[in-house]
Amino acid sequence: MISFEDVTKLYPTQTRPALQNVSVEVEKGEFIFLVGASGSGKSTFLRLVLREERATGGDVHVAGKDLSRLSSWKVPQLRRQIGCVFQDFRLLPNKNVRENVAFALEVLGKNRKLINRWVPETLELVGLDGKAERLPDELSGGEQQRVAIARAFVNRPMILLADEPTGNLDPATSIGIMKILDRINRTGTTVVMATHDAAIVDSMRKRVVELEFGKVVRDQSRGVYGYSS
Amino acid sequence: MRLSFIFSEMWIGLRRNVTMTLGVLVTTAVALTLLGVGLFIWAQVNSMQDFWYNKVEVTVYLCGKQTQTSTCQQSGAITPQQQSQLKSQLESMPQVQHVYYESEAQAYQRFRDQFKTSPVLVENTREGEVPASFRVKLKDPTKYAVVTSAVQGRPGVSTVYDFRAVLGKFFNILNSVRNGALLLAGFGLLAALLLIGNTIRLAAFSRRRETGIMRLVGASNFAIQMPFLMEGAITGFLGGAVASSAVYGLKALVDWKIRPAFLTFAFLGWGSVHLIVVVLLVVGVLLSMLSSFFTIRRYLHV
Ligand SMILES: Nc1ncnc2c1ncn2[C@@H]1O[C@H](COP(=O)(O)OP(=O)(O)OP(=O)(O)O)[C@@H](O)[C@H]1O
Ligand SMILES: [Mg+2]
Repeated sequence: MISFEDVTKLYPTQTRPALQNVSVEVEKGEFIFLVGASGSGKSTFLRLVLREERATGGDVHVAGKDLSRLSSWKVPQLRRQIGCVFQDFRLLPNKNVRENVAFALEVLGKNRKLINRWVPETLELVGLDGKAERLPDELSGGEQQRVAIARAFVNRPMILLADEPTGNLDPATSIGIMKILDRINRTGTTVVMATHDAAIVDSMRKRVVELEFGKVVRDQSRGVYGYSS
Repeated sequence: MRLSFIFSEMWIGLRRNVTMTLGVLVTTAVALTLLGVGLFIWAQVNSMQDFWYNKVEVTVYLCGKQTQTSTCQQSGAITPQQQSQLKSQLESMPQVQHVYYESEAQAYQRFRDQFKTSPVLVENTREGEVPASFRVKLKDPTKYAVVTSAVQGRPGVSTVYDFRAVLGKFFNILNSVRNGALLLAGFGLLAALLLIGNTIRLAAFSRRRETGIMRLVGASNFAIQMPFLMEGAITGFLGGAVASSAVYGLKALVDWKIRPAFLTFAFLGWGSVHLIVVVLLVVGVLLSMLSSFFTIRRYLHV
């Protein structure tokens, strides 16, 4: 589903590459954690998958497409197959929960019937049925993140990328978020999650890829967080 | 994307930036009004030129027995042979449409009609003192000088009168008025283009959250640009509408105040004014859409 082959990424303004000779293979339906110290290249990895950045060297394949050969007008098509969740939720403050989730479908030109079916379904999946008419302001952090997950997943993408989705949440709320990500993973969606949260990684017992200064130093199935920073 | 969604997004955008939207509206309206007034003056000048050019004819006065000009005193009255030669020469010129002959008798009659109100003048003028002439109608009125120089000084020709002295200066003034008006319009458009661009940039900035999410979920570039283009189109249209009412107002003012004082002038009809209004609306919409399009491309990297 995602394959990095000897990938190097050097930002134009930097002297040290953010990723260096990274080779990682993620199968369809897998759940993997990206761990590593701040600045080790986790977010860069995710941005390469999204084609927000292009690799300086090596090959990135996502959903069967060679991203270095993908012309820029096809990037939107790629992104429709990838859902994205961030630490800062990125909700639209003037739209309510339902509108925020529907937005992702509206801008893709989906018809109203479909939107009216998929949005409530997805809200139920993340446990937000009954709060559809609330504004983001009127929700807790955990609930806002669940809205963001619903928006990322409403189009049923093949891949879900999460960049420190629990970074702003307390441990109890984080567990709730992880339950949802796990549920999404069980529907067959590949999940890649970058995190600093040792407790979560240890409790989930999923594959762990550890980066250090842009290099893969560990790739372990059913791994643990495994380092202290 | 559904139309209702596009419109509701656009409406949110317009409402959120009321002051900005108003700013663009006013600028576009002012710029388009400049353009409209410029076009109005331009069309008015053109129709005046047409009117006057239609009146342009070259009059070739012929020497009669009593003509006192120096050329006629040398050559004497024109002979029938010279006269028919002159006529066929004029008729053979490519610039000439038609040649009318006005005999001394006809000329005298016209003179009497023209000066009915001053009987002293008429009483003291006898037939033969008003010269006969060829009145030459031109295909292209601007070419009068060619005709004039071709027949001037020919035997039997007294003087050639071609309106040059009168109309030349008049047209020079009209032309500079017209060019000034167009220059004004050009500046207006440039100002509008830059200001719309700048405002759309601000709008893009205030909507960066929305566009960021749209990019993330894989909305097409077209879908991302659409609300901005529509916003541009609507403000452009409204600006054009304001400018249009200004032009209609100008037309009404001209009809009311100026027209009665110059009955012989050719004034712009409503048809031309409607045409100017259509131009203003189209330019308004296209201008702001283009400006939005290029700003958005540069600013959102879509
Ligand atoms: N847009 C950019 N331009 C230049 N350098 C960048 C850019 N983004 C990241 N970097 C650099 O690349 C390196 C890796 O950054 P990255 O954001 O991938 O780290 P991270 O593992 O996500 O860190 P954190 O845990 O703090 O989020 C860092 O040294 C960072 O300074
Ligand atoms: Mg990061």
